[in-house]
Amino acid sequence: MTGTAGLGRAVQGLILSFPVALFSLGTATDAAYLRTAEMQWSNFSSWAIVGGLMFGGAAFVWSLIDLAWGRRGVLRLLYSGALGALCLVGLANAFKHSQDGWSSVGALGFTLSALCCGLALIAGWLRYSGMLDEEASR
Amino acid sequence: MIRRNVLLYGVLGGVVALAACGQSEKGINEVGPKPDLPEIRETLLPPMRIAKPVGWGDETPRAPEGFVVTALATDLRIPRQMLVLPNGDILVAEGRGGGAPALRPKDVIAGVIKKQGNTKVNGGDRITLLRDADNDGRAEVRTVFIDGLNAPYGLAYVDGRIYVAEQDALVSFPYVEGQTRITAPPEEVTRLPSALNHHWTKALTASADGSTLYVGIGSNSNAGERGMAVEEERAVVWAVDRSTGARRTIARGIRNPTALAIEPSSAALWAVVNERDEIGPQLVPDYLTSVRDGAFYGWPYSYWGQNLDPRVRPQKPELVATAVKPDYALGAHVAALGLSFARDGGFGGVFIEGAFIGQHGSWNRQDLAGYKVAWVPFSGGRPAGEPVDFLTGFLTDNGEARGRPVGVWFDPQRRILLVADDLSNTVWRVAPAGIFPAR
Repeated sequence: MTGTAGLGRAVQGLILSFPVALFSLGTATDAAYLRTAEMQWSNFSSWAIVGGLMFGGAAFVWSLIDLAWGRRGVLRLLYSGALGALCLVGLANAFKHSQDGWSSVGALGFTLSALCCGLALIAGWLRYSGMLDEEASR
Repeated sequence: MIRRNVLLYGVLGGVVALAACGQSEKGINEVGPKPDLPEIRETLLPPMRIAKPVGWGDETPRAPEGFVVTALATDLRIPRQMLVLPNGDILVAEGRGGGAPALRPKDVIAGVIKKQGNTKVNGGDRITLLRDADNDGRAEVRTVFIDGLNAPYGLAYVDGRIYVAEQDALVSFPYVEGQTRITAPPEEVTRLPSALNHHWTKALTASADGSTLYVGIGSNSNAGERGMAVEEERAVVWAVDRSTGARRTIARGIRNPTALAIEPSSAALWAVVNERDEIGPQLVPDYLTSVRDGAFYGWPYSYWGQNLDPRVRPQKPELVATAVKPDYALGAHVAALGLSFARDGGFGGVFIEGAFIGQHGSWNRQDLAGYKVAWVPFSGGRPAGEPVDFLTGFLTDNGEARGRPVGVWFDPQRRILLVADDLSNTVWRVAPAGIFPAR
């Protein structure tokens, strides 16, 4: 393993840590809003989702570049797919959370947040388990 | 390949479906005492459409046959409401207030988009005096009447004093007839709610006997999404005792009362009110209403009487049960900002009894609405009949904005209508042709 490869993996991991943390947070703050109807929880969700979406988008682009460079495999495709789906659902969720009052979350907003959280965790699992690197070295 | 096409059409179909949700339906009556209220339609992508500002060039707004339109003053600094003094001098409040901090990413993005539809000029924070003594449609005197104000909007004159509703206080100045500049310090009548100031404009008019000043105070959010704690004494109309400054809240739940005026035959207080956004292109109609003492007009819990807004939690069914319907719908998202009643015979013809209504124009529907001055005919002190376009041409055929009307003022002494345009920073004068020389 070269130093450059280690650096790339570290940065990629750091970028990915944002959607993992922020979409989990967004799901929790959504739940808090639905329990309390306290608007500030929904505001937290909005920012968490947009933040998660930006870093999730960066991680997705990076994964596509990796694929284009020829680092392919089923798991890498799955990883890219999860991040791509995360971007789509996350964008829809960002718009959903831009609605006002109860509509900013509601049943649909919470479902989208949970879906984003799940996709981010799948992507995180694939990356942090080292499975992607194993696949690449095979 | 097939899979890719399925995906492509799926995405395209979704986008078309989303866009279609923002379209208006034909056959919906948005005006009058009994407007149609379509089902609530919330869309994932807000159907924003900003009319691109293009300016007037050599054009002017279009009035009905027999009227002449001239620019009484140009290069103002965001003219809003106006007042004609007893000697015929015209005061124009100029400024821009607000500046509530962005609470969500949406506020940042929507702010940038809405800015595209507004003037790039900085607000004047002043009142300009215009004098057209020979009534030829050109102001031969133009002075800065009062300077250093904080986003002045509503104006009133009673018994030797000028009252100015700034965005945070109602103040007054002594005035001697003929004066063209006031340097006396303002005297505070009362503070006005100003925290956040999501809707910052403070509308103002005096009661017919001059003893009471009515102040319109807009809500601090679209539909309560900043939490109800910031809505204390917002979306209300105050009656302020002119001599003591004591105030009483006479109407609540009246989302954004942007202009107030006294109907001349009944001496009753009327308001134009901007209703909420983002539940459909044809919801909720902005309205013209008499301001009934003690009435609750529904905001944010319900609209047009007792129609629930599901976005507001917790709901207040016992309060909604008391909500009254406004008198007259003006159309959804038209942004009614100006109200002035014809008096002393108005312009004659069909313009004898009724109200001129300045409509700033929509941003929250694909089919642009407003961008004109409408006339609502009255009879016996109540609206009677369909609204009529009085001043148009604010939009080009391509849906670009030449101007956006705000305050209107009918001056019975000169039989002219003044219209403030805060996009082209102009005050337009509409006068019957021939009776008074226009040039």
